[in-house]
Amino acid sequence: MLTIIDYDAGNTYNVKKAFDFLGVKTRLTADPAEILASRGLILPGVGAFAPAMQTLRTRGLDTVIKKAVMQKTPLLGICLGMQLLFESSSEYGEHKGLGLIPGKVIALPRKKGYKVPQMGWNENELIQKNSVFSFVAQQYTYFVHSFYADCDNKYIVSRVDYSVPVPAIVQNKNVYGLQFHPEKSGNVGIKILQTFVKEIIYNDNSGN
Amino acid sequence: MDNGRVKKGINFVNLVDIGDPAAIAAEYERQGADELVFLDITATNQKRQTMKEVVESVSRRVFMPLTVGGGIKSVAQMQLLLKAGADKISLNTAAVVEPQLITKGAQKFGRQCIVVAIDVKKNSATGQYMVFTSGGQHGTGLDALDWAEQAVSLGAGELLVTSMDKDGTKSGFDTELYRELTERVDVPIIASGGAGKLNDFTAVFCKGKVDGALAASVFHYGELTISGVKDTLKKAGVNVR
Repeated sequence: MLTIIDYDAGNTYNVKKAFDFLGVKTRLTADPAEILASRGLILPGVGAFAPAMQTLRTRGLDTVIKKAVMQKTPLLGICLGMQLLFESSSEYGEHKGLGLIPGKVIALPRKKGYKVPQMGWNENELIQKNSVFSFVAQQYTYFVHSFYADCDNKYIVSRVDYSVPVPAIVQNKNVYGLQFHPEKSGNVGIKILQTFVKEIIYNDNSGN
Repeated sequence: MDNGRVKKGINFVNLVDIGDPAAIAAEYERQGADELVFLDITATNQKRQTMKEVVESVSRRVFMPLTVGGGIKSVAQMQLLLKAGADKISLNTAAVVEPQLITKGAQKFGRQCIVVAIDVKKNSATGQYMVFTSGGQHGTGLDALDWAEQAVSLGAGELLVTSMDKDGTKSGFDTELYRELTERVDVPIIASGGAGKLNDFTAVFCKGKVDGALAASVFHYGELTISGVKDTLKKAGVNVR
């Protein structure tokens, strides 16, 4: 069973609808036992870093997610859910994240011609050629964000250019993150979710 | 949108029924549309429920950003539509009546979620762009450029600006209006009203400096295709998907 972690994140229902469309059964839950028994986990998210992290902690979900990752359960963070995977964020002060991928979340630079938040479609440059997501090369996905992950290249599967290189798909072993919204990125987005389910959860072709 | 159906008019009147929104939305996604905007043009409380159902059915099969507007007057109504699957809320009349609604929405859902739609008519005597509300029926006396600036300072993350003079005429976008607007505010501006030929899109992106262009008639009636418009824009050097 695929579990969408329930912590009142804004895009939860649209993420669920995308899996429904694919015919993939999902369960929306905050129950630790159910999360730990899942084949795969989705961490959605829209909004600010600190209150989201606070909600995870209040529900005891931070330790549950870390435990599931240690059990090698594939985890996919989406948008803010992806940013929560990193060690820290400087959004409205310094805040600790889940620390599942080395790196920190910092503000997009203010530069002429680049409106912040980045709101719209941007083109993926593939960095890891042998990734199961290699089909995102030169494909556009839909972004809404003001902060981005500053991390080592070895964790970056694909990136987009927004005055700085912005990691779009990241991976550290069984932990995956998407800065864009796959549930709003048309066919490519749907294919990414499908690939996560088919290739990573049920085949484990992740190379790790 | 009117009573759960897609409709289109000329200069905001003479509405013609175009069809079922979910089917039309799916077809536009297939053609490569980047975003969809649903505006309930004759919103009433009873139709608000219809709109929620429409958003729900569209977001079950169409996976691109959806903006929803028309008659939204409270944060609770915004929440209802966002939960139904909308990504952005468009405020028009209610934002003029109660500007703090923009701030309340932005604080609760983030600026990126709040679009302020502005319907603009040029005063032919003074050349000034004026704001109209209530589906274009009510002149507010507000200057459109001043209102745009105020809406952004209150928390609008995007402006959807429709030229009522151009709406449905297929005579080209009002590029002058958009050029002036993009100099005044630094949030994305979506141009609407007047799309007729391929070059109209090139003009509004290159001369009007907008971030997006909205078209209804030319796509609803199949006179232009989305891919045709995008090819033309790419050739003109505009960065498109």
